[in-house]
Amino acid sequence: MSIELSQFFQVFFEESFEGLDVMESGLMSLDPANVDNEMINSIFRAAHSIKGGSATFGFASVAEFTHVLETLLDEVRSETRGMSPDMVDLFLQSVDCLRELLEGLQAEVPVDGARADGLRQKFEAILDIPAGAVVSGAVEVEPVAIGWQINMVGGEDILRTGNEPIRMFTQLSEMGELTITTDFSRLPAFSALTIENCYLSWQLTLMADNVTRADVDEVFEWVVDECEITIEPIMDESLPVATGQVEAAEAVQEIAPAAAVASAAPTGVAAPQTQKKAEPGSIRVDIDKIDTLINMVGELVITQSMLGQIGADFTFDKVSKLQEGLQDLERNVQVLHESVMQVRMLPISFTFNRFPRMVRDLSRQLNKKIDLVVKGEQTELDKTVMEKIGDPLVHLLRNSLDHGIETPAERVKAGKPETGVVSLNAFHQGGNIIIEINDDGAGLPKEKILAKARKNGIIGPDVGLSDEQINDLIFQPGFSTAEVVSDVSGRGVGMDVVRRNIQELGGHVSVKSAEGVGSTFSISLPLTLAILDGQLVRVGNQVYIFPLVSIVESLSVDMKQVSTVAGACDLLRLRDEYIPIIPLYEAFGIEPDSRNLEKSLIVVVESENTKVGLVVDELQAQQQVVIKSLETNYQSVQGISGATILGDGTVSLILDIGGIVTIGQTVAPMQIKAA
Amino acid sequence: MTKILAVDDSASMRQMITFTLKSAGFDVVEACDGVEGVNQARQHKCDLVLSDVNMPNMDGIAMTKELRTLPDYKYTPILMLTTESGLDKKTEGKNAGATGWIVKPFKPDQLLNTIKKVLG
Repeated sequence: MSIELSQFFQVFFEESFEGLDVMESGLMSLDPANVDNEMINSIFRAAHSIKGGSATFGFASVAEFTHVLETLLDEVRSETRGMSPDMVDLFLQSVDCLRELLEGLQAEVPVDGARADGLRQKFEAILDIPAGAVVSGAVEVEPVAIGWQINMVGGEDILRTGNEPIRMFTQLSEMGELTITTDFSRLPAFSALTIENCYLSWQLTLMADNVTRADVDEVFEWVVDECEITIEPIMDESLPVATGQVEAAEAVQEIAPAAAVASAAPTGVAAPQTQKKAEPGSIRVDIDKIDTLINMVGELVITQSMLGQIGADFTFDKVSKLQEGLQDLERNVQVLHESVMQVRMLPISFTFNRFPRMVRDLSRQLNKKIDLVVKGEQTELDKTVMEKIGDPLVHLLRNSLDHGIETPAERVKAGKPETGVVSLNAFHQGGNIIIEINDDGAGLPKEKILAKARKNGIIGPDVGLSDEQINDLIFQPGFSTAEVVSDVSGRGVGMDVVRRNIQELGGHVSVKSAEGVGSTFSISLPLTLAILDGQLVRVGNQVYIFPLVSIVESLSVDMKQVSTVAGACDLLRLRDEYIPIIPLYEAFGIEPDSRNLEKSLIVVVESENTKVGLVVDELQAQQQVVIKSLETNYQSVQGISGATILGDGTVSLILDIGGIVTIGQTVAPMQIKAA
Repeated sequence: MTKILAVDDSASMRQMITFTLKSAGFDVVEACDGVEGVNQARQHKCDLVLSDVNMPNMDGIAMTKELRTLPDYKYTPILMLTTESGLDKKTEGKNAGATGWIVKPFKPDQLLNTIKKVLG
């Protein structure tokens, strides 16, 4: 039977990457001077599994590399060798190298083996293995035998380990002609007999000319230590005359049917199962979550059958029962909804896990002393949001390490402890998840920021800004305070990109800072991308949904604040800035209640720091809506991000504020700053 | 149908073993460590146990010892899945009551051949 091993690769890669994460975090928390047994064991186990799996699935490069790694880990584990900080470094580099090798194999692209070879040499140097040592098995030239004479004295305990001699004899009988003589001489008196013990010995003669010593050895491989076994080749035609050959022949006959059954059984093969290959976008879900779901579906079925019964012969005295049932239904659907959302949720530790390593490496690179404190890593977040928040978080963290935390000397001078602390904290707040990155570093230099913003023309020379507004300037496009572009942060990609990426996820980022004390970046994200907090607005007979997070304010218009620009749109003067007014009825070509601005409402929305005022007829309720993609069912439409179904069954379009702002910008190319 | 208990903490190994055995017409019960292995063994009367050695919570050696104390598993073949480097593990496994071993890495065919040997 041939089995395609590639069908198991996906799972192997997944578990190997998980294993590497275990190794990495284990190594990071390991104190070389005082190695924790349980910790080194789990690191060893992870390496061991990767080695076993890669060897099984034919990834020799990984298996060979992991082998030296495992050998050294085993020595540390068995305390024949101590751990040193340099070894931890080497192990960590190996984890990176393995990850690279595995990623290459997964993507089916060739990986340069030089790094692995270099590391392997270092391991071999530690282990004192001569480089390039090859374990060669000497090939023994075996004289050709025409059969084997085997004596076996059964060990008393062999039955207790599940080794049944008759199985070995069956196996031998399949190789050639077998005759067996049984020696009962060791059998004790009946009263002394223990049925679990083996008291018999056998002389076996196997006549077969193509059976090697290794073949025979293999049969007794598992019992060779417990039994006395001698195996002699039979070299010529003169057979050793075994006593009691008649009995032996009978024994063979007894065995034969068993052998027939044995060989027949496994050939009754079921049709090979076709297994579905795991999708690359797969997700591992905690079994408890699935159980909750199944449980809820059960409840739903009960409620449904209850409602069905009420409906079958409905009379008005059952109204209260009906209401009760509907309440149950509502509750069930709500819980079901939450549990389904839970399935897509992963603990944020998936993203946080890579940070301790990053902080360790960066602080070495920057010659700073930095401790990372991670809190709330069990906080759960939607898988898609999780995947996209990784890069912005890396950027913010690097920023804190590079610009936030001072050098040890500077810190001591400022009266702070030498070691800086960066903390990463995730928690739920309302319907959002908040991720905070806090450092006890120098804080944002306000004067420098202001000077730079003025120099770059982001703000006018005389504009007075609050501290909060100054801090916010760092998120403006093209802003970077680093005097020298360092290796660590700031290479073209600025905080504006961070903000944009977070806004694309429906979240926002802000910063609080005190000079000399430290800064806190705070990211607020929706729990999921599938549901949105929306504001329902009506224009004519259409209801649209504005994402609540984009709305700045809503106001009724005082015509004195509206200026008309010839050939372009109207501008609304809102405090100290002019913003373009876009009548939604024009943008979407529908008939409004009124074209008179004074009778309408303006909703000021913001995207990427640009505001526009949208003219609508009425503000309706705020509610959570489930986003349905427009592209999958129709095509993408500028200014519309999706659709949803409202409570009364009508379809409502969800506005893409970014797209609407773009429409606004084409009519009013730039926002004019009020003097 | 012959029922086999496969115990390994590696999901890909479990998947490979299970698929191989099921393709050959065996019934398979899985467990991801020794503790689950003992539980599964109690619930299902298995005719053969295949177990990895290095596992979290309870390793294959301890599990074998535990299984041998159960009346149903006094003589049941228990095969350890060990790596070449774990030669001393073979002896340790035997002392705990294991029937024999299969050396990792093994191919599906090798697994089936060895199983045939013990299920005779």
